[in-house]
Amino acid sequence: MKIKTILASAALAMTATTGALAEKTKVGFVYVGPVGDGGWTYEHEQGRKAVVEAFGDKVETMYVESVPEGPDSERVMTDMALKGADLIFTTSFGYMNPTINVAAKFPNVKFEHATGYKQADNVSVYSARFYEGRAVQGHIAGHMTKSNIIGYIGSFPIPEVIRGINSAYIHAKAVNPDVQFKIVWAYTWFDPTKEADAAKVLIEQGADVVLQHTDSTAPQAAAQAAGGVITFGQASDMAAYGPMPRVSSIIDNWAPYYIARTQAVMDGTWTSTSTWDGIGAGMVGIGEISSAVPADVKASAEALRDSLSDGSYHAFTGPLNKQDGSVWLAAGETASDYGDDGLAGMNFYLEGIEGDVPN
Amino acid sequence: MDLSSISPTLLVASLMVAATPILLAAIGELVVEKSGVLNLGVEGMMIIGAIAGFAAAVGTGSPIIGFLCAALGGAALSLVFAVLTQFFLSNQVATGLALTLFGLGLSALMGQSYIGIKPPANVTLDLPVISDLPILGPILFSHDITVYAALALVAGVWWFLKYTRGGLILRAVGESHDAAHALGYKVVKVRILAIMFGGACAGLGGAALSLVRVPQWTEGMTAGAGWIALAIVVFASWKPARVLLGAYIFGGVAVLQLNLQAAGVSIPVEYLSMSPYLITIIVLVVMSAHRNKAALNAPAALGRAFHASR
Repeated sequence: MKIKTILASAALAMTATTGALAEKTKVGFVYVGPVGDGGWTYEHEQGRKAVVEAFGDKVETMYVESVPEGPDSERVMTDMALKGADLIFTTSFGYMNPTINVAAKFPNVKFEHATGYKQADNVSVYSARFYEGRAVQGHIAGHMTKSNIIGYIGSFPIPEVIRGINSAYIHAKAVNPDVQFKIVWAYTWFDPTKEADAAKVLIEQGADVVLQHTDSTAPQAAAQAAGGVITFGQASDMAAYGPMPRVSSIIDNWAPYYIARTQAVMDGTWTSTSTWDGIGAGMVGIGEISSAVPADVKASAEALRDSLSDGSYHAFTGPLNKQDGSVWLAAGETASDYGDDGLAGMNFYLEGIEGDVPN
Repeated sequence: MDLSSISPTLLVASLMVAATPILLAAIGELVVEKSGVLNLGVEGMMIIGAIAGFAAAVGTGSPIIGFLCAALGGAALSLVFAVLTQFFLSNQVATGLALTLFGLGLSALMGQSYIGIKPPANVTLDLPVISDLPILGPILFSHDITVYAALALVAGVWWFLKYTRGGLILRAVGESHDAAHALGYKVVKVRILAIMFGGACAGLGGAALSLVRVPQWTEGMTAGAGWIALAIVVFASWKPARVLLGAYIFGGVAVLQLNLQAAGVSIPVEYLSMSPYLITIIVLVVMSAHRNKAALNAPAALGRAFHASR
């Protein structure tokens, strides 16, 4: 057994030194939902496929879907690292600590954690500024609602989701001062049964716009069944539900980032970085605004999108107060990414939103 | 907080829809237990029904064929249980648990290519004037047909058990299989039929979930509904009308907690989420406190294996 191990490691060392060119770069992906969820995980899977397409024989990819957040994900990451992965993308917020733990055990493997904030020498973080897309959604929602009640299905009360709620709210409020948000926390990223129930309840309580920060298309189906309710595709276009109820969408586009990072590993130029791109860089896309939206609203929504894209407008521009009335941003001031009250750690509602952020 | 935004009418209407899958599964299990068999595989049969019905409905474009296949799928899986427990006399508890695990695994395998697909829409009752009545319309006359089918099934089971000769034989088998055997009734045959009926009902319940309530397929989408159906049978002390009550209470709590959340009631969400399960446990505890009452109503031969030579 011992001799075998020594031989094996010697052989491995030889291939590592002599066969570096012939060896494939192995890239692993850890997914929180099934690849067919039609939302979040689906788009990461598109990114993986783009990597395969871009590098062909030079790359070997592997993925594990529906991995629970928390300790069990460490097992999956460790397994990938032991199988010789050079680069591992962990694609959900709840993988943050497991990624850091496993990365410490495998200093030669590069890790990329999505939507988190903990970096290490071999752990990069990347995320998209979904809140820019939420601003466009809020704008359309504020114009479109007749009941002035907008339902919002939250997943977990983490900064990414709270940013989305705040951004959608202030942009809806800007065009419709009477707008009211009803927020239901589903405590899951992907559970069609819960998501459908949450959407139905919001609709029953008068919401005629349902925004979702969960990954399945179940709320779209619920809105379609109810009729007269509009929704937005989440993470993926969800075009199958257009032109009603789905009137637009936020589309995550991870492919360019995944290809660039895989290339960096191949070239040996990979370093630990923090990437947070929005509409401008193409990481967040706004899906086609459907014919259900009046032309003038569509035009103003596209103008908003373009101003976010070229950087002439920041989605969080003062004057903005926190829920308790204290000043968050003075007039003309824009939110900073990091630091106290920065966007990265946002854990408070803005003025006008009812209810408390759950702990 | 704004409780006025919760409409009692819509609350009742949606709890009926939410309760239908567990109601179907529970009424089937009631018949199985009345025949003296304890089948803990309800969860497994439900999820097989969910995927079988979903696949058939997507394949043919007809929800009705989907429901038929769901019932067939559930019954087919229950036949495995029937053969093992009735011919090979295996332990019913262990076999039932194995059936649940097997069903969950098999359904995940069958469902791989069905994730994220839209099923065809089911038939909804829509009567010209009656469905638009103020309060009664939404509650009574504008549901999906499965809601009515489940109610009809409960009434049918009640009538069958209480008023028909077949029902009497089924109960006799469940109370004392030896006496029923001595009278010349085919104990094993009666039980196999009961088990298959239970499987078919559980399958329908699963399809009500994947074709109507969600409607979508996801791995493990029953999420414990089968276990709740089992608990409801005990809660109902093996009476069909009380199964209906139990299922609606459970469905009501599940829907109400989301309504309270949306209305901004400041109770921590975690308490609301666990409330349906807490209430199930409390009800079971209260029920079993009246020991004699519950024990009197349980089929005397429940869970006991039968062999003609004994």
